[in-house]
Amino acid sequence: MKITQISVFLENRKGRLYDVCSLLGAHHVNIRALTIAETESFGVLRMVVDKCDAAVKLLREHGFVANFTDVVAVEVPDTPGGLAAVLKVFADNDVNVEYMYGFVEKHSDKALLVFRFEDTDVAQQVLAKHSISIVTKQEIEGL
Amino acid sequence: MDIPFWSKEIETLDRASLQAIQLERLRDMVSWALKTPFYNKKLSSVGIRSPEDIRGFRDLERIPFTTKDDLRRSFPKGLLAVEMTEVVRIHSSSGTTGIPTVIYYTRDDVDRWTDLLARSIVATGASAQDIFQNMMSYGLFTGGLGLHYGAERVGMAVIPIGGGNTKRQIQTMKDFQTTILHVTPSYLLHIHSQFEAEGVKAGDLALRRAFIGAEPHSENTRRKIDDLLHIQAFNSYGLSELNGPGVAFECVCRKDMHLWEDAYIVEIIDPTTGRNVEDGQEGEVVLTNLIRRAMPILRYRTRDLAFLHPEPCECGRTHRRLSRILGRTDDMLIINGVNVFPSQIEEKIMKVPEVATNYQIHVDKKGALDRLTVKVEIYPKLFLGDVAKLEALRARIREELRSSIVISPNVELHEPGSLPVSEGKAKRVVDERPKD
Repeated sequence: MKITQISVFLENRKGRLYDVCSLLGAHHVNIRALTIAETESFGVLRMVVDKCDAAVKLLREHGFVANFTDVVAVEVPDTPGGLAAVLKVFADNDVNVEYMYGFVEKHSDKALLVFRFEDTDVAQQVLAKHSISIVTKQEIEGL
Repeated sequence: MDIPFWSKEIETLDRASLQAIQLERLRDMVSWALKTPFYNKKLSSVGIRSPEDIRGFRDLERIPFTTKDDLRRSFPKGLLAVEMTEVVRIHSSSGTTGIPTVIYYTRDDVDRWTDLLARSIVATGASAQDIFQNMMSYGLFTGGLGLHYGAERVGMAVIPIGGGNTKRQIQTMKDFQTTILHVTPSYLLHIHSQFEAEGVKAGDLALRRAFIGAEPHSENTRRKIDDLLHIQAFNSYGLSELNGPGVAFECVCRKDMHLWEDAYIVEIIDPTTGRNVEDGQEGEVVLTNLIRRAMPILRYRTRDLAFLHPEPCECGRTHRRLSRILGRTDDMLIINGVNVFPSQIEEKIMKVPEVATNYQIHVDKKGALDRLTVKVEIYPKLFLGDVAKLEALRARIREELRSSIVISPNVELHEPGSLPVSEGKAKRVVDERPKD
């Protein structure tokens, strides 16, 4: 099952990341996972939150450029080689990862990672076939 | 002081004789101009139908001004006065809105222009003994080829290296013991800043002079160049509409630039009223080309602000001296010697669907060089969270702009509504370069 990531365009300006986080905080949106892709002139903030529809609406109302992106949250054994084992499945099955990042908190004894795939549907089929568990939207909201 | 001359007789001719030459050449130019559709219409409208209608300098003022817009509207051949078979050279400069202005020269035109450059070069004290490294761009820009021809005529050893590639420039200065550079002041200061990295000291080189031009600079900048490089820098002035470099050049006295009045009629006007002002007063430089038959240009409004020195120079030349350029009457920017109009940038940005119509042009200094940054706002609907697509967009805008303005600007993407909204293009330009 896909989950929704919020992508926010951040121009290279002091305090812009703070603006996003304080706005979400003030409206009780909880950030579960987050990463920033940075270039020399701008950044893209990617995050998974508990209330994504409300968060995007809120951000847009406040003048931010924000959009939804499909990602998959994968449970990875929190042991040495845990991530490598999952990545091997992707490599063996020609599933391309565009980027990935970790969750802020731990979900049981597994680590939770967010993956953005080149082809999300194919990736999900491969994950299902290899019994790699993914996290549902409901679970994210309940985290 | 020993004053060197290339054509002493003409350079020191008394004013009355000089004016007689001007009048005779003006008539000649009018006869050529009347062959072009553009001037035929323009001159007829004020009753000038033959060279004989120019009876004295008073008739000069009857001739309407020519503007860059006129040249643009006449693109490509509206001002061509000879058959294309007579043309041996075409130069071109960028237009304000994408349409270039084009300049034609016959063999004799190039010859006369070259002679002015030889005269200019010799006036600085340079001679056939010199090794000349020409660091201005060759190609459609007149700066490179113009000085090249003049330097060869003087008999200097010319190194046609062109612009850019700092390492190679410095290596070439060492290898050939270059004595003269032709360069923009900002690039020369940048070159100097790289001396240490290249393991070179100014004292190791044979440099003696630099011809600097193509961009405004202060007297302080000139002194800085003199001191840092242990040379003498000479200011120069020219524009392709008036052949190119060599319209005015400093002599050994270095107290502003002799404008070669046998080749150009110079007027300084009040840009608002169009009336001539007294020598010594600042105004817009208006020039009439007296030596180019392929493409005559009469009373061209350069948009450059300057003044003429009323008093003669100590060197004995009778040709009046033009001050350094003090400003512009339009919004043209000069970025590392390249002329850029904000309208050229605007035109390109308006054609990019992924960005909004609000934009800002920002100019500052990075080290000695000018830096141009174009800031645009992205359209929210086109943002899908993809960094690569945004980077590709930046690269595409940069390439689009480069194709229009020649230089490659830094492009910044901004959030919608973040750039100041302004009416009129002047406010869209933020120039933070220090004035000194």
